[in-house]
Amino acid sequence: MDYRRALLTSTSALLLVVAAGCKHKAPPPPPPAPVAAPPTVGKPVINYFTAEPSTISSGQPSSLRWSVTDATNVQIESIGQVSPNGRRAVYPTSTTTYHMTATGAGGTTEGDALVTVAAAPAPAPTTTAPTLTPAEMLARQVQDIHFDYDKSDIRPEDQSILQANATALKTIFSMDNSFVVTIEGHADERGSAEYNIGLGDRRAAAVRDALVTTGLAAEKMKTVSYGKERPVCTDATEDCYARNRRAHFSAGQ
Amino acid sequence: MRILLSACILLGLPCLSPAQGQINGVIDKNPGKPHVAVPDFRATGAAAPLMAVFNTTVANDLQSAPVVNFIPKTLYPLQVPQQPSELVAGVAPASPRATTPQGTRLTDWSLPPVAANFLGIGYGAESRGSLVAFGWLYSAAPTIPFLQGAQVFGKIYTATLDEAGAVDAGHRYAADILAQFGGKSLVGTRIVFVSDRTGSKEIWVMNWDGTGQKQLTHYGSITTFPSASPDGRMVAFTTYASGTPAIQIFSLDSGRKLPFYNQRASLNSFVTFTPDSKNIIFSSTANGGAAQLYGASVDGSGFHRITASGAIEVEPKINPKTGADLVDVSGRSGLPQIYRMSIEGTDVQRLSAGTGEATNPAWSPDGAHIAFAWTRGFEPGNYNIFVMDVSSQQTTQLTANEGRNENPSWAPDATHIVYASKRGRQSQIWTMNADGTGKHQLTQAGNNEKPFWVNAEQ
Repeated sequence: MDYRRALLTSTSALLLVVAAGCKHKAPPPPPPAPVAAPPTVGKPVINYFTAEPSTISSGQPSSLRWSVTDATNVQIESIGQVSPNGRRAVYPTSTTTYHMTATGAGGTTEGDALVTVAAAPAPAPTTTAPTLTPAEMLARQVQDIHFDYDKSDIRPEDQSILQANATALKTIFSMDNSFVVTIEGHADERGSAEYNIGLGDRRAAAVRDALVTTGLAAEKMKTVSYGKERPVCTDATEDCYARNRRAHFSAGQ
Repeated sequence: MRILLSACILLGLPCLSPAQGQINGVIDKNPGKPHVAVPDFRATGAAAPLMAVFNTTVANDLQSAPVVNFIPKTLYPLQVPQQPSELVAGVAPASPRATTPQGTRLTDWSLPPVAANFLGIGYGAESRGSLVAFGWLYSAAPTIPFLQGAQVFGKIYTATLDEAGAVDAGHRYAADILAQFGGKSLVGTRIVFVSDRTGSKEIWVMNWDGTGQKQLTHYGSITTFPSASPDGRMVAFTTYASGTPAIQIFSLDSGRKLPFYNQRASLNSFVTFTPDSKNIIFSSTANGGAAQLYGASVDGSGFHRITASGAIEVEPKINPKTGADLVDVSGRSGLPQIYRMSIEGTDVQRLSAGTGEATNPAWSPDGAHIAFAWTRGFEPGNYNIFVMDVSSQQTTQLTANEGRNENPSWAPDATHIVYASKRGRQSQIWTMNADGTGKHQLTQAGNNEKPFWVNAEQ
């Protein structure tokens, strides 16, 4: 009997301690903010905005990568509106500072990414802009679309890339109406080779179907699935897996 | 087991070792199964240097066979009979023995420490440029009065006078021994697989023991996913030689392409044959959407739809016993799982548990089990080989902590499985017993994957 009472008492004591601990961890809320104080939503945060490589020779690609949170509108000067997370290849012919303006409910944040163009080995003899062939345009201006694991739907953050690809493809097809592109569907190395053939086929078809809705002709775009047979990297890392889960555009056969 | 028992009864022998518990140093991996001793064969002349290969082949085949216990050679008497005239039957000497067993009495083998139920003896010779092996098998019960009544078989094995010939003769002698106990011979069976050792993925074929590796295709593209017809005459595979993954069917005899009409589609792949080798089922995107299962004749005519799930359907495998049902890998419930359905695509039932990813199903020859690759509780991509009893859906794990293991395929003897194991950077072809024991690597050069065990030609 005594033992049981002792047990009860110690249990109650323990409960009290726990309750006290909880109270301790939840201090009274701070007094309401004065009217003039900034709103509770913070200014947009540019997690990163980088150019890789940061030094190129004229006409070579550099990859801009960015991640912004708490923004409703992200603009990059000379590119236009972009999604909050993304990347874009740029081909500046002279040293360029890419200026980002991220606007959200909490205000505006700005950031820069610098691409330095090394001096060309020989001066450009003409003033006319170099003309690209359709195949060159495809390689430089039409970018890969990436996918989540075991998924073939186009992610919201890749919609802007898809739209840019559609614009570039329209230009390419208008330059050469016999030009055909092949959309290659790829997968990372983790699933079975067999299932990945089916998955890559779905990814390539999803990209083709999305481009058709922008007004491009389906017969201009062939699809092929390589599954995991043609990886761009072979490391066992999430970064490499993510790079391999892609739809890639190549000149048609 | 039933076959084994009847063999014992026919031979009038006790199936259990008469001296279990008295043997030192023997691990009984197949309790209740006959204990077999086969001392080394010897030869003179040109055949002599080949006998080591012959003896190793016989020992390996018997050691890896689940139907017998092979008694280690360290327990054998020093003097080994090479032919029946060097062996005598009769009642055992009075116990305890006055002298060490010489090896020339059948009782020297049937009593401990050897305690064999069966004794295989023989010798090799060179005859007119060929290797000739004379092989016998004797019952070795201690009560056998006359040698003649104890002989199970005596055969002559002729082969080429080189190492390949010695391997071949050894396999055939071991197969004849195993056939006495219900073991089905693997002689004449082959394994088709994919190798990139030439720089691109091509279809290769080899003997079931890994010898005689030979390149079958020369596309210089991506050529993969081989499967063979049950009659052992055709191999089907997928090649990118014309741009998109498309099916080709080759004759295994001639190595030549057979006529096959591919549907206009971004994908035609993963062929499985009906038991009569006349029709196939495969995956195609001929009607748009995700890859679905379709049936056709082996030339691609008579194309007809089987599934319409809207999800990815790959790796169909027709039940080799019934020909009436199939298993495949489907994404209809999310991550890939193994499903079973009728050959018309009806009565769809999920077989795998639904956890992780389950792929690469392969039927056992009796249609009662499937081997498959499963990630179960492991991270994506970490596959191991499992066997499932299809009726109860009970699973047994066959590989663990040995890299990534995929693409199991059953041997026609129903007791061996070939599979691909990636340990480190490269994938290689391995075989094992269907209980996960006796793992043995068959390939070395380049990456080797997607093995499929081909029946002996019928």
